[in-house]
Amino acid sequence: MSNKPVPRVRVPANAKKDELIEIKTLISHEMESGQRKDSAGATIPRKIINTFTANFNGKTVFEATWHPAISANPYQSFFYKAAESGEFTFQWKDDDGSVYESKAKLTVA
Amino acid sequence: MVSRRELMQAGLAASALLAGSGLSAGRAFAQQKLTQGDILRFEPLGNVTLLHVADIHAQLVPTWFREPSINLGVGEAKGRVPHITGKDFLDLYQIPAGSPMAYALTAEDFASLAKNYGRMGGLDRLATIIKAIRAERGENRCLLLDCGDTWTNSWTSLQTKAQDIVECMNLLKPDAMTAHWEFTLGAERVEEITRSLPYPLLAQNIRDTEFEDKVFEPRRMFERGGVRIAVIGQAYPYTAIANPRRMFPKWAFGLREDELQKQVEEARGEGADLVVLLSHNGFDIDHKVAGRVRGIDVILTSHTHDALPEPVRVGQTLLIATGACGKFISRLDLDVRAKRVQGFRHRLIPIFSDAIEPDAEMAALIARHRAPYEKDLKRILGRTEGLLYRRGNFQGSLDDVFTDAMLEVRDAEISLSPGMRWGGSLLPGQDITFEDITNASAMTYPQCYRTTMKGAMLKAILEDIGDNIFNPDPYYQGGGDMVRVGGMGFSVNPFGTVGNRISNMTFLKTGAPIDANRDYVVAGWASINEGTQGPPIWEVVGQYLTARKTITPRNESAVKVVGL
Amino acid sequence: MTSLTTVSRRDALCLTAAALALAPGLARADAAAVEAELRKLYGDRKPGSGKIRIDVPQIAENGLVVPISVEVESPMTEKDHVKTVHVFADGNPLPGIASFRFTPACGKAAASARMRLAQTQNIVAIAEMADGSLFSTMSEVKVTIGGCGG
Repeated sequence: MSNKPVPRVRVPANAKKDELIEIKTLISHEMESGQRKDSAGATIPRKIINTFTANFNGKTVFEATWHPAISANPYQSFFYKAAESGEFTFQWKDDDGSVYESKAKLTVA
Repeated sequence: MVSRRELMQAGLAASALLAGSGLSAGRAFAQQKLTQGDILRFEPLGNVTLLHVADIHAQLVPTWFREPSINLGVGEAKGRVPHITGKDFLDLYQIPAGSPMAYALTAEDFASLAKNYGRMGGLDRLATIIKAIRAERGENRCLLLDCGDTWTNSWTSLQTKAQDIVECMNLLKPDAMTAHWEFTLGAERVEEITRSLPYPLLAQNIRDTEFEDKVFEPRRMFERGGVRIAVIGQAYPYTAIANPRRMFPKWAFGLREDELQKQVEEARGEGADLVVLLSHNGFDIDHKVAGRVRGIDVILTSHTHDALPEPVRVGQTLLIATGACGKFISRLDLDVRAKRVQGFRHRLIPIFSDAIEPDAEMAALIARHRAPYEKDLKRILGRTEGLLYRRGNFQGSLDDVFTDAMLEVRDAEISLSPGMRWGGSLLPGQDITFEDITNASAMTYPQCYRTTMKGAMLKAILEDIGDNIFNPDPYYQGGGDMVRVGGMGFSVNPFGTVGNRISNMTFLKTGAPIDANRDYVVAGWASINEGTQGPPIWEVVGQYLTARKTITPRNESAVKVVGL
Repeated sequence: MTSLTTVSRRDALCLTAAALALAPGLARADAAAVEAELRKLYGDRKPGSGKIRIDVPQIAENGLVVPISVEVESPMTEKDHVKTVHVFADGNPLPGIASFRFTPACGKAAASARMRLAQTQNIVAIAEMADGSLFSTMSEVKVTIGGCGG
């Protein structure tokens, strides 16, 4: 990877209590599958984001494990039932140990 | 198959079409031409009129367009309309042989009937018909809906980036459209046009490739005759497969049936009395949609270019098929009360150009747009001794001209030409003009490439395209008709499975079977690949015709259909 | 015909043969490999049908980016919710696609992602509920050469 992965998230700023909101996330990443060969015929080693986690006020809401078949620049969406105001923390864990993070606030009225 | 009896049971006033127009009067009237009054005759019904046009393919002026003589249905569609052609079609709808509608709707005796009944279509004639219906019915009861494949595939539309056809369509004042080939103008141009379009391009099934947001308005509510009408747009679901994805790289398509169901429910929730799907799915997909998505009253179909003189009913849903290239407009009068269609009357109105007075305003606009290109359009490239046509599941005589031209001009052993359903016909003895050739080839990726392919690759291509046409599940069908081939013969079993439909591939030059491991020099055009090199196909065909001067269509076909 | 590693199959067509020459004959997972994964997770427990839906395109536009959505019917309460959905494919080099872990806080057991598909194949999804019951479903995605139509 030449560029540091950049996360982008789509979270509504406000929600009514008990409203179902859809969270959409994207992160720039090649998701090198470990299946490809370079021009010399050598296998290019696997390097993917293997786990995506969404916490709200410190508690895990949703988690995904990704395999090499997940597309480059992985997209993940899921739902959250608005219970209280607070903050989402989204984390993407790379095969190389790096963790990329993004936060988003939600106000529940 | 839908029998005549079932059609009647479905409550279709089948005779309205024929009786109203004098078409059922029998053979005595068979060759009698229609007048504008005959064409417009219609006993109005109910409170709303839907007017439907589809697949105009930028044809501003009248053309010859021969309907297919072969249009096979597979799976549940086997033997069911629109997969009935020729005499069977005439028998099913009780249309007298040799009558105007026999000429308009089948390939039977096409060349001789064409001389009697003349060209069909022309937006100036269409404008006359639409104005007359609006005047008679009241504009506030009419909704004009365009299913798309409107902006491309003529020389003038290619040269003006669709400005000609867009301005002419605007004059018709449609209420909404959806799209397919329009996207081959490129996303930027489509956005530029739609920004100033006085009516919406509706598509519930297009999403951006980042956050999956809808790119176009999915539906719009209209009120006509006191009826709230929700029109949902469905663009061609396989645009990004059948056409170059690079031209709209940030848009994803697909059928999105679940979302369609949600759209219907939302529309009903907003108080829609009538739900109309403006669809570019193609007839067989729409037939399946009608059986699975609840709450659609009318599906206006397109893409597969079928023209049906009566609606097809699936449950409570009416399917309307209006043909292509401006040959027809459908009028569907509906009696909508208590959120239900209580009754309807339908007519597939044929646009016989000799019988209909051109609308002066539209005629002037068409003339203005064509004037800068008139000299090119009229340029004579050659002459044909026999009938040239494309439409049909397999290679037509006009396709032979294209595949032969590629073999000769590109010095290839085998040639491939896409099975598009558009492209008009030429009558025996007619001069072949540049307009005739570009009406069958004008597109934004026309390069005629020359490459080598192994025999195994050719087999894979034929099988893949064969499965796109003949997969028994219409949701897995995509694209147009079977790819046209020059220099090679083959047998095709439409009822086979993927990988097993194509056999007896023969290299015509030697008569030997195609060798899976040998490289063949192949020419073709309309590649969806980026960076395809070669002259535009109309130059290749033009060069061939200029050298050849006269075309004599072959009688025998190198494609054998087996398993029927 | 081609692999995750090179151009998608449809890119090769209509038509240049060159891209196809690049396609190595990679080993493929198959239905048995998917079954083996399921056995590893759930032994001989048999999933029921219903409750789980997957939404995938019938025909992929781009084998490298195929959208998939899963949705499981559930009230998503502490007592009665969807714990996990595993997604597999039977025609890729490896059968695993993704696993989604839900909590009652989700309110709705639905998620979307995008995957790579090397060829026409079946997508299998299996949901495990809080009470340990399993539900599965399957859908075919066709990866086509395309490009010759309209």
